[in-house]
Amino acid sequence: MSPLQRMGRWVGQHLVLMGGLLVIVYMFVPIFVVVLMSFNKPKSKLIYRFDSFTLQNWLHPCTDQSMCSALSRSIQIGLLATVVATVLGTLMAFALVRHRFEGRAVANLLVFLPMASPEIVMGSSLLALFVAAGFGGQLGFWTILIAHIMFCLSFVVVTVRARLAGLDNNLEQAAMDLYATEAQTFRRVTLPLVFPGILGAALLSFSLSFDDFIITNLNAGNTTTFPMYVWGVAQRGVPMQVNVVGTVMFLVSIAIVVGAELNRRRQEKALA
Amino acid sequence: MTASTAAAPIAPATPPEQPDRPPARKRKLTGYWLLLPGMLWLAVFFVIPFYSLVATSLYDRTGSVLQGYDMAWQFSNYWHTLDDYWRPLVRSLWYGGLATLICLALGYVLAYAIAFKSGRWKNLMLVLVIAPFFTSFLVRTLSWKLLLRDDGFIVNALQFVHLLGSDGRLLATPVAVIAGLVYNFLPFMVLPLFASIDKIDHRLIEAASDLYSRPIVGFFKVTWPLSLPGVVSGTLLTFIPAVGDYINAELLGSPKQRMIGNVIQSLFTDANDYPAAGALSMMLMLLILAMVLFYVRRAGTEELL
Repeated sequence: MSPLQRMGRWVGQHLVLMGGLLVIVYMFVPIFVVVLMSFNKPKSKLIYRFDSFTLQNWLHPCTDQSMCSALSRSIQIGLLATVVATVLGTLMAFALVRHRFEGRAVANLLVFLPMASPEIVMGSSLLALFVAAGFGGQLGFWTILIAHIMFCLSFVVVTVRARLAGLDNNLEQAAMDLYATEAQTFRRVTLPLVFPGILGAALLSFSLSFDDFIITNLNAGNTTTFPMYVWGVAQRGVPMQVNVVGTVMFLVSIAIVVGAELNRRRQEKALA
Repeated sequence: MTASTAAAPIAPATPPEQPDRPPARKRKLTGYWLLLPGMLWLAVFFVIPFYSLVATSLYDRTGSVLQGYDMAWQFSNYWHTLDDYWRPLVRSLWYGGLATLICLALGYVLAYAIAFKSGRWKNLMLVLVIAPFFTSFLVRTLSWKLLLRDDGFIVNALQFVHLLGSDGRLLATPVAVIAGLVYNFLPFMVLPLFASIDKIDHRLIEAASDLYSRPIVGFFKVTWPLSLPGVVSGTLLTFIPAVGDYINAELLGSPKQRMIGNVIQSLFTDANDYPAAGALSMMLMLLILAMVLFYVRRAGTEELL
């Protein structure tokens, strides 16, 4: 077989993998732009392109005070929505996996529907409710929070439910056989096993909440979250600090994922 | 008492008072209690709002948010808004559908590569799929605006190979909007596809090739049908948000690429025409629901074949 044929063969065998890697590269292209632009010193506020290198954006992220206040509001809403949605959603997941009762089908449907509805429809119906209930003038932090908890809930239920359903029942049985009470078994066996699912659900909630624009924009009144700030400046010139925030979000999430993976490996090693 | 002792020899070895199986009645109630707070939240802030939306869509359009609307059962709201805005509605379905198909093609290659070809890099590749999406949706879309700009690298390259005219552009065209939609909703396609393809038993594919089927035939007769559940959920999870999206149309397109989301949003926040916006929202919801039901039916029967 000639080297050329061999090469052709190798390419043929790895074609799908190459294609997959290309798609991944495509997904990362905008991230490179975000990182690059975070070091950009623009000549004009209106032309969005890379002009020259600077560290100023990183050293002074809050040049535009309104960006940082929008950012801190988004973080507050994200954290609160995550805590409430994770607690309520985890309880629901336990109910749906561990308990048999009438109406489970209805409950499952109600959990599924928010994930299958377009955001614009959910956002506008919530707005219709708030206006009809006389809260049209008080749209802001609390209405955003209510909306975020609502759409995060389903994702928490689905994530924790998947983890619970894949759980090995024998471990809990073993704990009970060794005379652990129901509460002890739950605290020392069930909860640690489900915890990765709960943590994943919480991370997902936070990023969904932090990133939401469509529902938030309809129910925010005059309050500005970080995505709404970006939307606003997109029309009149984007400060490069927006890209600093984007880069930091990316790095933090990578750090969390890598940390979780390392922790998992360490635990596996400890068990082995 | 006598009955239970009589039944004891044939009963399973586990005694009835085992701690992990409390009486069924108590467990049943616990289930309801665990479910209650979350379900209440969904009922009040997801189900009831739909009722408000229906009501809003039937209000008298001559009212205003400040003075309040009168309930007039105005079904004509639907005809009027459809007459005014059928173009963006059709355009949204068209853009969303096309973006979903492109996502399916790209996503299938990626999901297949991760599931079957990545070996020990599987977890890493999965993380790489999700990682870009932890950076703000809007910031990423702004990056595309930069990449696709008129004197940018991509436009110049396309002009060089004459795929674009010398004054051709990508921004403010349907191409940019659809490309943005594809980019933003790709993970919603890849993850369910991966879940489905990863579960496929390799021996079935080997069996096909042992029986002298060419790889491409084996793919369409074995792999593709077995991955259909992932295809169905992936396309739904992509199509539904893509149709309702208006961020891509706004940032990457022009008023000529306005989608239905742009219209609903501006009717609510700029024009303050709540009844029209409500009617459009309802129509979008019903349209999507009808398409999804039809599609799931079709896909369901295909799966049985």
